[in-house]
Amino acid sequence: MSRFLPLLGFGLLVVLFGFGIWWNTQHDQHEIASPLINKPAPAFALPVLGDDTRKVDKQSLLGKPYFLNVFGSWCIECVHEHPVLSSDVKQLGLPLVGFNYKDDPQDATTWLAEHGNPFDVVIVDRDGRAGIDFGVYGAPETFLIDGKGVIRYKHVGPITPEVVVKEIQPALAALAKEGG
Amino acid sequence: MRRLGLLALLCLLPLLAIAQAIQPLPFRDRAEEVRFQKLSTELRCPMCQNETLADSNAPIAHDLRRQVFEMMQAGKSDAEIKAYLVDRYSDFVLYKPPVEPKTWLLWFGPLLVLVVGGLVVFVQVRRRARTARAAPTAAPVNDTEDDW
Repeated sequence: MSRFLPLLGFGLLVVLFGFGIWWNTQHDQHEIASPLINKPAPAFALPVLGDDTRKVDKQSLLGKPYFLNVFGSWCIECVHEHPVLSSDVKQLGLPLVGFNYKDDPQDATTWLAEHGNPFDVVIVDRDGRAGIDFGVYGAPETFLIDGKGVIRYKHVGPITPEVVVKEIQPALAALAKEGG
Repeated sequence: MRRLGLLALLCLLPLLAIAQAIQPLPFRDRAEEVRFQKLSTELRCPMCQNETLADSNAPIAHDLRRQVFEMMQAGKSDAEIKAYLVDRYSDFVLYKPPVEPKTWLLWFGPLLVLVVGGLVVFVQVRRRARTARAAPTAAPVNDTEDDW
């Protein structure tokens, strides 16, 4: 019996390393699980793109769930995500708030004119300070915030139609169930 | 001789890259700078996962360094600054994760492997000693059949 002990040890190592490979291909290694899920969104008051005199804050968005999409004209993945935002996400019927992250407002305006503007309103976080409060570390990132101002879901990286079906729709269904 | 001097100077050139990588911050004194450097090597850049906040040139690392610096200037302790970042970016930002049930395997796993390995060796050595005692003359013959 003890003759097979080394083989058994080897087998266990194969299983361990195999699991490691499987695990790392299963999820995006750049994704950090946000500690802000199911916590109130941070307070913010940011100017509206193209109209610096107007500000949108957390209070004014309460009452109805909405998406907050972090984007920038400098962000390549945002271009890839853009058609999905404009169709799949837009069709979900929730307000879509653009969070223009660390961008030149002029560049952002040009970018939106070029690709189309799927957002109901775009707020500007020029220096990335509000982004830190949201735990943003890149773009694109998307938050689902419920009517009480609680962050219910976050996606790091571009949204794909698959993400909409597998993650966002179930999150919305859970929201609808509790009447939020 | 002059050639050699020039060569030595050229060898110093890569140091410029270090000076360039991180934007200077207006520290009040040397102690504050040392504290900042120490703290930022204990924090991990969320974007470029294998770099410290001190080493990384990613935009988010730049912003977080600024944040850490400003909190230091505001008189916050290292623990408060770490807690601030953990609240937003999770334990991920700490190069040294806290000891808690979730990380027990991480912290004590190596010890566990050592104990299991030691146990295997102990049992094996004792068994060998016993067979050697039981049949001292037959031992060399047995050896060729041994598993190890």
